Amino acid sequence: MIKLDSKVPEGKLEEKWTNHKFNMKLVNPANKRKYDIIVVGTGLAGASAAASLGELGYNVKAFTFHDSARRAHSIAAQGGINAAKNYQNDGDSVYRLFYDTVKGGDFRSREANVYRLAEVSNNIIDQCVAQGVPFARDYGGLLDNRSFGGALVSRTFYAKGQTGQQLLLGAYTAMNRQVNLGTVKLYTRREMLDVVVVDGIAKGIVVRNMLTGEIEKYSAHAVILATGGYANTYFLSTSAMNCNVTAIWRAHKKGAAFANPCFTQIHPTCLPVHGENQSKLTLMSESLRNDGRIWVSKIKNDMRKPNDIPEEERDYFLERKYPTYGNLSPRDISSRAAKEAYDDGRGAQGQEAVYLDFQEAINRLGKKVIEERYGNLFEIYQTITGDNPYEVPMKIYPAPHYTMGGLWVDYNLMSTIPGLFVAGEANFSDHGANRLGASALMQGLADGYFIIPYTIGNYLAGDKPILVQTDHPEFNKVQKEIEDFISKLLSIKGKKTVDDFHKQLGRIMWNKVGMGRNEKGLKEAIEEIRQLRKEFWKDVNVVGVSNDVNQCLERAGRVADYLELGELMALDALNRNESCGGHFREEYQTPEGEALRNDEEYTFVSAWEFKDVGKWELNKEPLEFESIKLATRSYK
Amino acid sequence: MSHQKLNLTLKVWRQINAESRGTFEEYKVAVSPDSSFLEMLDDINNELERKNLEPITFESDCREGICGTCGLVINGQPHGPIPRIATCQLHMRNFKEGDTIYIEPFRAKAFPIIKDLMVDRSAMDRIMEAGGFISVNTGSVPDGNAIPIPKDIASESMDAASCIGCGACVAACKNASAMLFVSAKVSQFALLPQGQPERYRRVESMVKVMDEYGFGSCSNTYACEAECPKGISIKNIARMNRDYFMAKLKTENLEA
Amino acid sequence: MGWLFKALNSSIGKKFVMALTGVCLILFLVIHLINNLTLYFGPETFNTVVKNLDGIKPLIRVIEVILGLIFILHIFNGVRLWIENKIARGTGYTIKGSSKNADIFSRTMILSGSIIFIFLVIHLRTFWMSFNFDHTLKESHRYYEAVVSAFQDPVYSSFYLFAMILLGFHLNHGFQSAFQTFGWNHKKYFPFIEKFGMVYAWGTALLFASIPIYFYFYGGK
Repeated sequence: MIKLDSKVPEGKLEEKWTNHKFNMKLVNPANKRKYDIIVVGTGLAGASAAASLGELGYNVKAFTFHDSARRAHSIAAQGGINAAKNYQNDGDSVYRLFYDTVKGGDFRSREANVYRLAEVSNNIIDQCVAQGVPFARDYGGLLDNRSFGGALVSRTFYAKGQTGQQLLLGAYTAMNRQVNLGTVKLYTRREMLDVVVVDGIAKGIVVRNMLTGEIEKYSAHAVILATGGYANTYFLSTSAMNCNVTAIWRAHKKGAAFANPCFTQIHPTCLPVHGENQSKLTLMSESLRNDGRIWVSKIKNDMRKPNDIPEEERDYFLERKYPTYGNLSPRDISSRAAKEAYDDGRGAQGQEAVYLDFQEAINRLGKKVIEERYGNLFEIYQTITGDNPYEVPMKIYPAPHYTMGGLWVDYNLMSTIPGLFVAGEANFSDHGANRLGASALMQGLADGYFIIPYTIGNYLAGDKPILVQTDHPEFNKVQKEIEDFISKLLSIKGKKTVDDFHKQLGRIMWNKVGMGRNEKGLKEAIEEIRQLRKEFWKDVNVVGVSNDVNQCLERAGRVADYLELGELMALDALNRNESCGGHFREEYQTPEGEALRNDEEYTFVSAWEFKDVGKWELNKEPLEFESIKLATRSYK
Repeated sequence: MSHQKLNLTLKVWRQINAESRGTFEEYKVAVSPDSSFLEMLDDINNELERKNLEPITFESDCREGICGTCGLVINGQPHGPIPRIATCQLHMRNFKEGDTIYIEPFRAKAFPIIKDLMVDRSAMDRIMEAGGFISVNTGSVPDGNAIPIPKDIASESMDAASCIGCGACVAACKNASAMLFVSAKVSQFALLPQGQPERYRRVESMVKVMDEYGFGSCSNTYACEAECPKGISIKNIARMNRDYFMAKLKTENLEA
Repeated sequence: MGWLFKALNSSIGKKFVMALTGVCLILFLVIHLINNLTLYFGPETFNTVVKNLDGIKPLIRVIEVILGLIFILHIFNGVRLWIENKIARGTGYTIKGSSKNADIFSRTMILSGSIIFIFLVIHLRTFWMSFNFDHTLKESHRYYEAVVSAFQDPVYSSFYLFAMILLGFHLNHGFQSAFQTFGWNHKKYFPFIEKFGMVYAWGTALLFASIPIYFYFYGGK
């Protein structure tokens, strides 16, 4: 049993972070260069942490499996980043951003963490502007804002439809500056395969050099994992091809508790699957739902072209079921309704898709207005699908997009392994059971720029960890384990490809641990995943050798981890007998089909402790709400 | 959606490592027109793996045209025949039944081939590290609205900043010049007030490293602009040239 | 002055030298063309012009030396860039896609330049050498007649014509390219520069080319 101490500071909510910063121990500036810190991952959280720690004078080693630190998937975030600047004079405040985020997360996040996030949100904007991030501006030359889902104020800052790209490049350039100054040493094309824990404390990592296949060891006084989420467990998701869970999963197996694995976000407006060889899904901006009407045919297995289906045979199911919100119903409700239509055999032309139709809006507003509003999105749609949305209704379907769960961390963002910190999407900390739009970028940068640089100093000055050399027996042991793991994968020489297994796992996850979950399905999923895992280790074929570039081997290792994580996601979902945010248990819903929380029994974070493959122990961190009163999440 | 599959002949560049000689290998495929170009390669790879043959090594990540990881030269054109998209956004419906498609890696002395279609583009990062930043530490910065920036200047800076660092400009240029890539970063900061203090120092150090890595010079053929998936303008190159001359005339730096 | 040498040998510096020498040559071509066009005014005008130029020989010599240096710099740098750029590319593509992303003028600069260079050598031999060092010609002042007789040779005239077409190619790209290299690319003015460059390039080439055609067919009569 792990002891879960959230280490939330005493005092009033508004003063916690300020007091904590004052109470934290500091490292003597002259001694900082004597401390080595490893940062794994160079996305928003990783790059910003590496840059900030480098600036402070620490010796940073940054690792990425990409060829360049600029490629992380943070780059694909489109919408924007929230901050409580209240530049629009519309009543925003730190408290409101905090409240919206806790409510959006369906009251399953830690109050103190979220408040701190809202507090530092303003510093992020200032920081990024100073770095030369070209945010959108109005004619007076001041920063522009747009509004986003889940909030009644305009607090989202953006740079065209490429906010994630610009923020990542900002962090990347800040880190590059430190590389130039010599405080950060960058290791590209290295995939972290394990963390080295000596006497219960994180002391370094073991990576595979993806060019030579060499297993390399690196030691440090502290390790930060900023390696993103695990939506690729579903095979098809909006994550990049190489996003994976390996770094945090291996850390989990070394003792770091995994929190809320079942909290996954399914985004309603993605492009549907076109065929068996589909490799990933593309998100279309949610703003399309402002003018598009969502429908399917009333008739089952209707293979007619959408324009041949007469008006009276169309079922505008969101408008029918949710007359108040209609096509603008929240993400989870819209996603589930689309799934129900498909399950009912009424998917668009038999596909896993529903129509998003602009005909009515074009007739009402004219093509020109629609073109101004959505022109570039329509272009992207046509590039990918070949259909012209001005003439034929779009086809959309929900897809896994973000994972709120991750490694459990305390207020200092340290996992249950001392010395192992976790930042960004890789931790579980701030979004509860559902993340609001434009909050992922905010959290990644908050962790990296403004939180970890403080808390890691406190750890180093307080715990005074000792550097272990890489020839320590534990390092050698881990290296040996990794080498054995790789040779085992290469020696199976079965009949099925790595992708075959990944796709099969994805199907199980999507059907049974996806948008709607129930006890029966989850139990079946657990069985099926166990079966599949067994089969994987008997029948997978990993082509090639270990001491060369081998993308097949890279994927195989990741899929091996998904096959373990998938089971935990199902187990967590099975264990949480309530519906909240992205986790919808069909048994627990209101008569209107809304999520039904069970605050009495489930106001806690599930932190799973790894015992053996397929065996976990549940630890609970109770969530206490001092400032906010728990309420039913209603957007009516 | 059409269900008729396209029958194509692919000639794919295969090369074991940087030192070895590469050759084209032929693959016959039947592919759905709705499939993307990279999904077609995924398919071939799965087939190869089933036969216990080495899959084709190629890189890609986001498959949304923003990360800049992918990049193949398709029938002589970086990112293929359709303008303003990355390889990952190219779909097979843009090809015809019976087409023969040559797939080659980006070729430049500064981009050595690692394996098959995978090249080493780290020289671009080295250029960035030399000066592609604004020197501000975390924390000590003024309010975001302290310096107003005209809307059109911010948006011009944004256009330059939208470079995805894929290297298609280098691959397309007959001189393998990285001027479009470097000038995009130089321009982004040269336009903004925040970038002024280091404006001339930046361009000098970045150009210096660019030259050290053996990229060619710019012949103003503008192939880079034509092939850039983000349509970065060659006006940025003009701006960089201007700044470079000014740097040489104004600064007291005798070294760079 | 080490910094200047370094700057001019950088990738941008070398292009600057190309552009600057190119612009000088463009200006020279204008003067040369005006001189040539006096051929259309008959033997007396042309012969007088050449005679007068002969009268200020010392000044002409100085200008010729400067011009020669500019030519050498332009050619030397051009060839050097071509070699360096070839090395920067390394292995070429099996399928050439350049026709799809760049115009023919910009892609053929080294080719058009080389042929113009060959033309230049022959041209110096036929006209410059004889105008300067042929004593009978210098005494008789029958320059016009010498030109006319040279253009009676179909091989020479067709080569002249061919070289002028390539000069058009070279200038068509070179003119606007020089401005881009100097950094003078502006949304408002650059389209004008491009158009002006095109008119200049083909205007110059055609006017130069018209002379051998005229004299070949009409023999100056």
